[in-house]
Parts: sequence; C-alpha cells; structure tokens
Amino acid sequence: MKALFNVIKSFTLFELLKGMSLTGKRFTTKKFTVQYPEEKTPQSPRFRGLHALRRYPSGEERCIGCKLCEAVCPALAITIDSEEREDGSRRTTRYDIDLFKCVYCGFCEEACPVDAIVETRVFEYAFFERGQQVMTKDMLLEVGAKYEDQIASDRQVDAPYR
Amino acid sequence: MSEETVQIFINDKEVTARKGAMLIEVTDQHDVDVPRFCYHKKLSVAANCRMCMVEVEKAPKPLPACATPVMEGMKVYTKSPLALDAQQGTMEFLLINHPLDCPVCDQGGECELQDVAMGYGNSISRYTERKRVVPDKELGPLVSTDMTRCIHCTRCVRFGTEIAGISELGATGRGEFMEIGTYVEKSLSSELSGNVIDVCPVGALNAKPSRMSARAWEMMQSASVIPHDSVGSNVYLHTLRNQVMRVVPRENDEINETWISDRDRFSYEGLNSIERASHPMMKTDQGWCVSDWDASLSLVAEKLKQHQADDIGVLAAPHSTLEELYLLQKVFRQLGVNNIDHRTQQHDFTDQDAMPLFPYLGQSIKSIEDNESILLVGSNIRLEQPMLAHRIRKAGLSGCKVNSINAQNYDFHFASQFTWNLAPQQWLTALAEIAKCSDTLSDLPSELKSIVASASVSEHAKNIFNSLKNAKQSSVMFGAIADSHPQASALRALSNFIANATHSNFGLLARSGNTVGAWLSGVLPHRLPAGVESNIRGLNSAEMFATPRKVYVLLNLEPEFDFANSPVVLEAIQAADFVVALTPFDNEQVQLYADVILPIATFAETDGTFVNTTGHWQSVGKAVSAPGEARPAWKVLRVLANKLGFENVQYQTSEQIRDEVKQLFSDEVAITSYLKNYDHVNLESDTNKIFRVSDTPIYAVDNIVRRATSLQQAVEDQPNHVAISNNQAKLLDMQDEKVVRVVQGKQEVTLPLRIDENISDNCIWVQKSSTQTDSLGDAIAPVEIQRTANV
Repeated sequence: MKALFNVIKSFTLFELLKGMSLTGKRFTTKKFTVQYPEEKTPQSPRFRGLHALRRYPSGEERCIGCKLCEAVCPALAITIDSEEREDGSRRTTRYDIDLFKCVYCGFCEEACPVDAIVETRVFEYAFFERGQQVMTKDMLLEVGAKYEDQIASDRQVDAPYR
Repeated sequence: MSEETVQIFINDKEVTARKGAMLIEVTDQHDVDVPRFCYHKKLSVAANCRMCMVEVEKAPKPLPACATPVMEGMKVYTKSPLALDAQQGTMEFLLINHPLDCPVCDQGGECELQDVAMGYGNSISRYTERKRVVPDKELGPLVSTDMTRCIHCTRCVRFGTEIAGISELGATGRGEFMEIGTYVEKSLSSELSGNVIDVCPVGALNAKPSRMSARAWEMMQSASVIPHDSVGSNVYLHTLRNQVMRVVPRENDEINETWISDRDRFSYEGLNSIERASHPMMKTDQGWCVSDWDASLSLVAEKLKQHQADDIGVLAAPHSTLEELYLLQKVFRQLGVNNIDHRTQQHDFTDQDAMPLFPYLGQSIKSIEDNESILLVGSNIRLEQPMLAHRIRKAGLSGCKVNSINAQNYDFHFASQFTWNLAPQQWLTALAEIAKCSDTLSDLPSELKSIVASASVSEHAKNIFNSLKNAKQSSVMFGAIADSHPQASALRALSNFIANATHSNFGLLARSGNTVGAWLSGVLPHRLPAGVESNIRGLNSAEMFATPRKVYVLLNLEPEFDFANSPVVLEAIQAADFVVALTPFDNEQVQLYADVILPIATFAETDGTFVNTTGHWQSVGKAVSAPGEARPAWKVLRVLANKLGFENVQYQTSEQIRDEVKQLFSDEVAITSYLKNYDHVNLESDTNKIFRVSDTPIYAVDNIVRRATSLQQAVEDQPNHVAISNNQAKLLDMQDEKVVRVVQGKQEVTLPLRIDENISDNCIWVQKSSTQTDSLGDAIAPVEIQRTANV
C-alpha cells in the first residue's frame, strides 16, 4: 500500500510542488533579512555584550572588590586584586576581563551584589593586536560612563523580574 | 580526667561518652553537627551564644549542648522540631544586629555565622528596624576590627585570659550596649594576639596585614612549618598567584595545639619584601652587575679552588632547611673545609664536645604541661619560644612553680613565678648555690667543685632546689640568654648537674627552627653528620673571625644582626678576599661585604625538613615559587658541587638528600639530653664590672622576621635605650642623665637612659640586633657607662 502511494507521489511531482509552494509563499511575505550594518536587529534589555563597570551618580565606583564575579566566572576570564583604600573601604586595584576567554554567560552580572559589573548592549568591537582583548578597570569604567543611561534604563526595565 | 563512661543516645543512636563530658564534645566526636559560636574546645564554656540548643528527653526546654553534662541513659535529639526551632530563633536574634556586608568582609566564605545561617537560619528576615552600629577599636598593626559585626561570643575575651594570659580584651556595657574592646585604647601586646583572628567566628577581628587583599575561596592552602623558633609550629600557608597572602595554624596537639605566635603568623610579609634578591649578582670593577647562575657559580668555584681549604669559613643560619645545611657541609667538607658552623650567637664554645647529639628539650612539648616545677636559666621564654611558654603557662595553671634566673624581671604570665633577679656575672654563683643543696657533689666537673663548695647557700637557692626536688616532674631549661653568656659552658654544666641532682628533665632551648637540624647534619666544626666526631676540627664561628679567613660563605645570614659579635664579624668580612652570600635578600648592607650574591628560596619556596627541639622531623613542600632567578639553596649547592667536580652530589629531589641524612641514624636515635662528661668549662669573668645584658628582640630573630613590616610596626614604640635600675643609677650618680654613652670594648654607642625597676643591679640592658646597638658586640659583656657631658 505504502509503495503504491510512493509511486503516485513520484509521478505527480508532489514533493517538488510542495517545495515550490513554500518558495511562493515566502516570495510574497515580509522579509526577515536585516541589512547589517545599515540595519540592526532589535535587542533585549537583557542583551549580554561588552562588559562595563558602573559608578554611582555621586561618581563613586560601585565595585567593592568582593570577587564574587571572579569566583563565578566559568571561563576564569576575570582577574581582580583588591586592597583597603585610604578611607577604609574595600576597592579593587586591578579588574581585568579577558574577552577572549569570556563566554558572555552573564554570571558575573548575576553574582554582583552592587550591580557594578554589567554587560551592555555593545557587541561591535574588534581587536587588531594581541593583548588588546584584556579590558582593564579603567577601560571598563569608561564603557560604563559612556553607556550609563542605557545600562540604567535596562536594569530598570528588568528589575521586576529579578 | 575520669575514665568512667556513660551510655547516652544521640538521635536514637547509642554512644559511649566520658563521664562529665559536655554534650557538644560527644556530638563532635560522633560527627553529629551542632551549631555553635561561643564554644571552642580549647577555651572554657561560656554558654552565652545559645546557638547549640538541643532537645533532651524529660527536659522541659531545649538545653545548650556546650553546658550540659552527659548523664547515663540521656536521650538527646539534635534535629527535633523543638531543637531546630530554638536554633532558628537564636539565629534570628543574632542576625538582628549583624550587618549584611558579607561581600566586603574578609571572613566571607569562611565565616561560621554565614555557614550556620545557611544551615540553621530562616531564609527570610522579618527584621526591618534599625541595626546597631559599634565604633571600631584600634588594636594595633596586627588585628583589624569591625565591631559592628561582633556577636558577643566572648571567645576573644576568654582567649586573652585563659591562653594568652593577658586580659586585653573585655566586654563593657550590657545587652544591646555591650561592646568588646580594650578598656582604654591600646594595641594588643600579647605575642599570641593573632589567634583572636582565628577564634572570632565572624569578621569582627581580622588580620590587618592581609586585610581586604584576598578571599578565602581563591587561596591555595599548603601545609608548612614555620622556622622562627625551635617548636616548629604547624601552619597552612594560604597563597594566591604565587604569593603567600596569610598564614593560619594547622592543628597539631603535640606541637602547637590550635595556636601560633604572631611571629609565625605575620612573618610571611618578609617573604614578599621588596628587598628579595631575584638575580645572581657579581661585584665587578664597574660596580654590581646582574649575572647568570652559570657565570656566578663558575666564579665561586674558581675562587674556592684558588684558596687553601683552611682559609675558607662557612657559616649557615639555623633556620635553613636540613637538606640545605647537610649539603652545605657535605660540599665544603669534600673541599677540605672544616671551618663550618651555625652557632653564630654563641660566645663560649668550651663545652662543645660535651654537648649531646643536639640541643634537646628533654621531654615532649606536651609533657611540659605536667611539670610541677620549672627552673629557667637565662631565658625570656615568652618572646624566645612563645609556644613553649604557653605550655609552661598551662603547667602553671595546674600548680607548677616557675623559677627563673634572669637579669631582669621579665613580664612572665605564669601563675606562680619567681625571678631571681641577678646580673649575669652572678649567675654562676647563683647556680652554684643551688647545686650546693645537693647531697653529693661528686658528679661535678672538677673545675666547678671548688666554686660550688665555696658558695654560701641563700634562701632563694634552697627554695628553688627544694621546689625542683620535691616535684613529681620537674625541668631545668637553659635559655638563649644563658647560651650567649660568656660562661655558658659553666652555666650549662651546673644546670645539668642541678637537673640530675633533683631528677629533673634538662632542656636546652634550641634557638631557631632548625638548630637541631644543623646539629644533626653536622654544620659544626667538630662533628660530622649524625654527631660523629670529626678527626680534623675546624674553627668555630667566633674563631673564624678572631683569626680572619680569606673567603667566607654565608647561608641565609646577615652579619650585621646574626652574630654574637657583629663589629668583629663585619670587619673581618669586609677585609676578606672573597665573600659569597647565599641569601634571599639583597640590600646595601650585603653589597658592602659580599662579592657574589646568590639569590635563594625561603622556607615557603622550597621542599625541606625542619627538626624541632624534641627531635621531631617535619618535611614540608613548597607553597610558592621563589621570585625571578632565585633557586632553593640545595639546588644552588648541587650545581656548585658539580662545578667543583664532585661526582657524588647528584640529587634530583630534596627527599633524596633527606633520606641520605636519615639513614645515618639508626631507628632509635640515642637522644641523650644529658651532657657528656667534660673536664673544661669557661670560668673567666670580670665580676667587678657592670655588665651589659641583652636579648634578641622577638621580631629580630632572622632575616625574614626582620622584614615583616607589620611585626616591626608592632614594636615600633620600643626605641633603643639603656635600661638601668634605680639603685644602680644612684650608685653611678646618673639618675638625672637623659643620654649616656655605653662603652663595650672598642665600641661605643650613645643612647637615652631609662630607669627600669625590673633590671637587676650591676648590669644595664641594651637591646641587641637592631642597627644601632649591634655595633656594641657581644650580648653579655662588661661595659662602662659614661656621661655624655664629659666629652
């Protein structure tokens, strides 16, 4: 019985027609393709791109050097040195993220008790020499300063779900 | 302790417990988890945290396990709803005032409160009111405080009164207003103060030198042994990225229990000193230049070959490892050198042949606690060997009488103590008086017989003798100050005689972490490894400089601090043709006298063995790598031996060297604590003069400790001075002098004068091993005191 159906299918070119009908349908509907870089796909507020270190509105850096991000990082991409600052608070003296090691899992962001390390929506960056992939504390703070408005509004939107 | 037992049931399981034991001891023994904060097995029971609540059948309310003695047939439930509810309630109350700053707290990750809150606390907090804030206390450079975190367990308070013997911390106020602190602002002065960091279950007391620098979970833990005193305290080195970040005790009931001294805990800072030598250096006509191992060792080998073996002097510091010490003497003995020594602080070597195999404590460290009477001869044991002093203190608490013969009333913390306060030139007579109380004097060396016979026995002597004689177990301990005494041999002989006459243990307190290892491995001019008498005797460390050599080899030593008579040593060493310094540290001082600096690893950076004062061998592995090109000294010596053409030095591991030393000893080493018979002691002394007496300060014992910055800060407020008793000052008519000049032999220093009632008459006290006073020379020697105005 099955063999008979197969014979009929092959003689009526059923498979071909099926395929062509899909092509025809797609031909007339709206296209998904985005003309990157002129066009960009929409991003979620939870997008996990380039890292940034944030500051409080007062200008004080948020990071307290607890090293939880370093501990949770599955790729061992984060390296932190900390010490007591003159005012007695715990601060980092070094905060490096190796972007070649990083797998952009966002665990660091999850682990941070003060929302200091965050992942921004920035995903367009490249390195032209070895060594440039290591983001130092200053570089991370700079990214944070540049995108603070975006970062803050993204956290705001996501806050009810955290 | 009673051996009677009772049967009790813990969670319906029948177990046997010692009668009178507290419940928590029994649950701990049987791995039943009961949360606790105030209970600590080495401290008394306070029962004030109320965390260890358990349900006991027929008891109307839950009972604290730490303060409930076991009773026959008792049924205990540690996980019943009643017990859990009580624990949860206590936890909630404890957390009311505890800040939520775990991310910045150094205790985070190893915090008992964190752990117990996870295991026994509620998952949510109901408390929304204001939390208590307590101002932090300043406790000096070693312990940092965050008093808001304190949960009032009073472990630190009990540690102070029960273990350290100084009540420095205490609680003021009650209830909500209770605060832990020093009553008036002051630094912790105890030599064991660092242990409050370990006993504190929360982050209220933390280590200041390592404050906020590393988290508990990211550090690697390596077992090690600390070589600054002859106890060989067991520790863990916590390392992060090839750097020792902190040191914590490793429990060993036979040696250090759960404590370590501050010197052991914070000396690691010296390992990270900026003075660490990282490359071999050679002195050339153009000044110092960085070299490589091959060139520098070739030069050393060539220079050694150029000189007569007798013109070479080899000296090692006794905190080097056994392997390094053994290889040092092996290489140089093979070269024909016999001038090898480690006893750099000693003055009198007359009795070196009579010495036992090694300076033995005469008993196990633990059994010190069982003594009923102890005589200390010339020892500030609290600062020399803090862990031994702790054992003596424990003995004192159970009634041990501690007598000492010293030149000042040291600040001992023993319950029952007496210091026979005598100038060092009178010690011999004092010991002779005690010896005279014995029935027979026939065992005495002939030279001493007449001195003992002519002594008139004083009341003190009689008391000390009887106290030793009437005790079930007693000890005579010979300390470091007596060891530096010009008449050390005579003092040693008399102390030994007194010990024999009173059936006491005779203990020689070895100075450093591996003094015993140096004796065993033959870093001595008169003995080969394993105590074999050497046919050719070399010069000892004093003779090597009295008749200067042309070449000196120094292992781990700093001549400006480490020698009994530094001025003489420095003079000889600067005049020498060639000086090789194997040292972990490179500074201007070394560059003054050395010709080649070979950077070596410290105890944390090499595999090695340390033998403590009871003859206990402890081998440890390396925790971190030495900086730069620095290598373990045994590897350096191996390559040097190869350059010298010695075929039999081909060790691949330090274990091979250790095993080679170890097989020299039969299974049972004949450790005789008694001195052999000898016929000569040193009696020379100028009793009419005023003597200078000094001891090596606690944080100046070796090159690592001297570079531990926090420890140095801790003693910063003790500047150099001349201390003199009021009587003596009156006799010299110097009560009003501010600054005096002390003349010792050819040397002199000018220092402020302080009247100190603890100092004995007929002597002055000037500290040793600090840059200024070391120019004086011998630790105990006759001096003249002059007015500065008379210039």
